[in-house]
Amino acid sequence: MLNYILFIATIGSIYALLALGLNLIWGGAGMVNLGLAGFFAVGAYTSALVTTTGHLPIAVGWVLALIAGGVAGLVVVLSTTRLREDYLAIVTLGFAEVVRLFAANEIWLTKGTDGISGIPGPGKAALGQNFNAAYLLILLAVLAVVFVLMRRIDRSPYGRALRAIREDAQVAQVAGKPVLRFKAQAFALSAAIAGLAGALYGHFTSYIAPDLFLPLITVYIFLSVASGGVGNPSGALVGAYLVMTLLESARFLVEFIPYVTAVQRAALKELLIAVVLILVLRLMPRGLLPERIPRAPKPQTGGTT
Amino acid sequence: MPLLELKGLRRSFYGLEVLRGVDFAVEVGGITGLIGPNGAGKTTLFNVVSGLVPPDAGSVRFDGRELGGRAPDVISRAGLLRTFQVARGFPKLSVFQHLMLYGRDQPGEGLMAAIFGSRAARDREAELAEKALETARFLRLDRLIDNPATALSGGQKKLLEIGRALMAEPKLVLLDEPTAGVNPTLQNEIGERLLELPKRGISVLLIEHDMGFIAHLCDPVIVMAEGQVLTQGTFDEVRNDHRVREAYLGRRAA
Repeated sequence: MLNYILFIATIGSIYALLALGLNLIWGGAGMVNLGLAGFFAVGAYTSALVTTTGHLPIAVGWVLALIAGGVAGLVVVLSTTRLREDYLAIVTLGFAEVVRLFAANEIWLTKGTDGISGIPGPGKAALGQNFNAAYLLILLAVLAVVFVLMRRIDRSPYGRALRAIREDAQVAQVAGKPVLRFKAQAFALSAAIAGLAGALYGHFTSYIAPDLFLPLITVYIFLSVASGGVGNPSGALVGAYLVMTLLESARFLVEFIPYVTAVQRAALKELLIAVVLILVLRLMPRGLLPERIPRAPKPQTGGTT
Repeated sequence: MPLLELKGLRRSFYGLEVLRGVDFAVEVGGITGLIGPNGAGKTTLFNVVSGLVPPDAGSVRFDGRELGGRAPDVISRAGLLRTFQVARGFPKLSVFQHLMLYGRDQPGEGLMAAIFGSRAARDREAELAEKALETARFLRLDRLIDNPATALSGGQKKLLEIGRALMAEPKLVLLDEPTAGVNPTLQNEIGERLLELPKRGISVLLIEHDMGFIAHLCDPVIVMAEGQVLTQGTFDEVRNDHRVREAYLGRRAA
């Protein structure tokens, strides 16, 4: 049971990383990335390949996953600059599918649908039973760093300009903000975080395959950010754990429903999750922790005018 | 040398020539009025000058630099700020955030400065915050400082537009109907606040339909009709020009 909880907490933390990344661009700049799972996969495969086939240290794999995610993000966002904004969503959705199909078919590199197994975990042999707990600590440390960075961005002039771009990109540009630079940077950073999350995922489960990177992950992350509060990093964090808890606890709850078959039970599980999320968004349309507008500092008394 | 000099500016949409060779110059200092009947091309001219719409031909010389066809953010950073006819903008940002956003030279808008923090960014932010509070007081928006822009009345939004200019400290600001849809009392107040702009070294070019407002504030006045400049001069000169009357009222039947 303890291992199960550790497992849930670990996956929840990985979702939280993805949610923080998504919140930066969706909450921050209003950009919709439906290809989150693709960047997640890019990171997972990069790190898995360089540490198994490439025999490089795990830490190097993580850094390379971060870079690979960022570069992929930059390529995607820069290739869509000439399109209208809605098309970013479509292109990213396509990107994730391309990544998945590439992983499934380029067997020479990715071992195709067999997936890559035996991805090393840091100190796995030495830690033995304690590996899961130790890994969760590493993850929480990474999450804490990313969270602090996201909050700093959120409260900085950079974050303010991003919000302005979200509200009206044209007016922001006329106000002198280089919109393309802001969007490209934020998107690349967000994709880099997704890439890192992918690497952290692969080294935890030790196995990755194309089937693990279905668009469903992207949907879960959007649900996390929406229910937690779009535009608030703390909301993204809370939302991710909420969705993860919901996904797992629903599995147990449906066990208590009598007179239904296993198939019906599975369907009820999905239904239950949907109902809870609808309720959250119905009762708190801006999420559990809504975006806050930073207040003006109090004028100093006796200050010069 | 004029601050803004337009030469032979042309632009058509779907074969219709909206700007048919616009030439005029705006001198440093003061408030220049741009008037003309509906469809004269005034707002299109603002769109071209601010970079939203590239010109088909002609030049936009600003402060000794050719800016025709450059990107809006480049033009804005060159010191030519434009505001919009409808109080367009950032509904969720508070008055304070709004003013801060328009602050000039913000090192904190760099991603690295945002992540790692920088002394220059912090200092500039503190400076701008003080300026934003002062600007809000000046525009009597200080009690609404933390309200989102959507919560402001029409007139307050217009005042906030002026606040944008005061924060950005451009060399020239293009104002599109700064008093449209505002009651006369508030109109006077907006006029008063506008006079502050040239005092701070910000020249103004504004589109306006209210002739009383133009007469009170603007010198010179430029008249546009059918995509060209008809005439320019003081308000009285322009008012007595028969071509201007014809443009507004139509030609008298011979």
